[in-house]
Amino acid sequence: MDMNGVDLSGAEIVVQALIDEGVEYVFGYPGGAVLHMYDALFKQDQVKHILVRHEQAAAHAADGYARATGRCGVCLVTSGPGATNAVTGIATAYMDSIPMVCISGQVPTPVIGSDAFQEVDTVGITRPCVKHNFLVKDVRDLATTLRKAFYIAMTGRPGPVVVDIPKDVTDPNIKIPYHYPREIQMRSYQPIERGHLGQIKRAVELMLQAKRPVLYTGGGVVLGEAAAQLTELARLTGFPLTSTLMGLGAYPMTDPQFIGMLGMHGTYEANMAMHETDVLIAIGARFDDRVTGKIEHFCPHAKIVHVDVDPSSISKNVRVDVPIVGQVASVLTDMLGLWKEQAPTTTGRPVADWWAKIEEWRRVDCLHYDRHSDKIKPQFAVETLYQVTKGDLYLTSDVGQHQMFAAQFYPFDKPRRWINSGGLGTMGFGLPAAMGVQLAFPQAQVACISGEASILMCIQEMATCQQYKLPIKVVLLNNGYMGMVRQWQEFFYESRYSNSYVDALPDFVKLAESFGHVGMRVERPADLAAAMQEAFAMKDRFVFLDVVVDPTENVYPMIAAGKGQHEMHLPPSLSDRELA
Amino acid sequence: MRHIIAVLLENEAGALSRVAGLFSARGYNIESLTVAPTDDPTLSRMTLVTNGNEEIVEQIKKQLNKLIDTVKVFDLTEGPHIEREMMMIKVRAAGENREELKRLTDIFRAKIIDVTDTSYVVELTGASKKLDAFIDAVPAGLIVEVVRSGPTGIARGDKGLTL
Repeated sequence: MDMNGVDLSGAEIVVQALIDEGVEYVFGYPGGAVLHMYDALFKQDQVKHILVRHEQAAAHAADGYARATGRCGVCLVTSGPGATNAVTGIATAYMDSIPMVCISGQVPTPVIGSDAFQEVDTVGITRPCVKHNFLVKDVRDLATTLRKAFYIAMTGRPGPVVVDIPKDVTDPNIKIPYHYPREIQMRSYQPIERGHLGQIKRAVELMLQAKRPVLYTGGGVVLGEAAAQLTELARLTGFPLTSTLMGLGAYPMTDPQFIGMLGMHGTYEANMAMHETDVLIAIGARFDDRVTGKIEHFCPHAKIVHVDVDPSSISKNVRVDVPIVGQVASVLTDMLGLWKEQAPTTTGRPVADWWAKIEEWRRVDCLHYDRHSDKIKPQFAVETLYQVTKGDLYLTSDVGQHQMFAAQFYPFDKPRRWINSGGLGTMGFGLPAAMGVQLAFPQAQVACISGEASILMCIQEMATCQQYKLPIKVVLLNNGYMGMVRQWQEFFYESRYSNSYVDALPDFVKLAESFGHVGMRVERPADLAAAMQEAFAMKDRFVFLDVVVDPTENVYPMIAAGKGQHEMHLPPSLSDRELA
Repeated sequence: MRHIIAVLLENEAGALSRVAGLFSARGYNIESLTVAPTDDPTLSRMTLVTNGNEEIVEQIKKQLNKLIDTVKVFDLTEGPHIEREMMMIKVRAAGENREELKRLTDIFRAKIIDVTDTSYVVELTGASKKLDAFIDAVPAGLIVEVVRSGPTGIARGDKGLTL
């Protein structure tokens, strides 16, 4: 129904704006300052509200929804602690450029600044971790501000936008005619679409001359919906392709042209290729320190092309030779056109010598682990998960060793399937993010891989999963340690395991059961596949799989912080071999 | 190198704190910052002075541009420009110092804008270096108070930093 021109209160305007934006789900938690909005939500059934158990989870769930669908996530929290609890989730979305609108209640305008009950300067607190934020002081600005918020969140380099709304602005007794602008024009914000054709031509010329090229792709390819263009470019050029943690799945990871993730826990072949490359084509990636290692040693022989929608990403950490600012999909389309015009018709791999070198590195088998252990190796658990789910899975993750094992051992062939907090590294992200994914795709298999430390950070969300009957599967790699912290302590602090042991763990099976879910515990490698099959066969149940894994396993390869890309620790089982 | 960067901003609440926050969050130097509305009341113009190598200044400009409230960013130091800062300086002006300070004021083409039996307030406008020179020239111990606006600037020639 067209509500334009109808008299609405501020609270009704908020809800109507969400309807006009096509919002399916709002993840939130009520409180004093948002009660008018909750009353307006109650009176309609178009926007569904999902009641989380902590505001951090509201933001993570909205974030997970956005990552899986490409649409804007929406969360709604009250003033004061509601907003501060959401900050971790907002910052998580900000670091990974996830489109999100977070609506927060605020104390009434006349008492702002008086240290009123549940007052906090939300706009001030969130300023450094949002793409933009607004405080709406007049109900007449509300509709336009919300339209701007969605527009800013979704365009250019996406990101979270906070709209802080004082309670009196949503007063049900003050009604004004509703006008929701379809188009928004902002003189101060004009996101770039197409890349500069001259620059793209320069890039293609470099690529044509390349002897040892590497395509280095990141989350921007996923966010920019450019997986198809990337795949075509890789196929056409025959260049090897490596991806950051955030870009996994944009190019099929099972394809032989994919040489693995790069960076701190990247593959030997990917990092060595980066070290030796003469032309690096960075696409929607931001040269994060976990990728580059020591900047002085980063790609020492390479001319660098960098495609990014955000001009401030260009030459921020690493000086590039050919910057191209534009939407990845549009730039790659132009690049493909130029390549087809100029490239000689090739068959097979045009850079054969380079591939021979890469295959040599590949034979090192850097992800080697003990497959005959009588303990469940975490790598084995992820491989089993892949086999049981046949690669058709939305996998969310918490942060730590399990996250890296999943990235290394679960090959995603589609974008938006691997959902994790890469930039901020937020423990507690996985379970609430999985709620957003499962709501977006009720029929899909959704799992959250976690550790016993991470999962406890948002464990309360098992109640939300029960309330909305979300059949998520939690795969807990339980090693009794904050595994990644323990690993660093083993390597760099002479095994002084300061506070990285998780003592007094709950019985996860009983804990899951107490929330009304199914809990299972697996201790032997031989039982794992069957347990996972049983879990995923329960299509309408939330199942918590507590998998007891080898507590001493480390993530390899590893580049220590501050080291160059070629200075990798390989698994100890390989260390007696001579490496190039 | 020292850069004078002019920024046209939407005249919105909080725009100033976004810029100030950007500098502190990213660890950029900021020597001074002045801001006021322009002839178009919906726009503020900010002038900020910063120090850094070319890469850092390039990043500063990009990050400023990235702020949603930023309409335009212009590095005045990239071309011919005029820089002006205003200072009011209160000095002890009693006895023999009184005549000396008056002479100094004339040499610098400054103005005395407040007089008491024992003090002057001197107003001086110019490039920041000229203001520094005046402060250095005041005999030791005579300065009571110094107020400086921070530099503002405008490009030479017929082109303007407008919408």
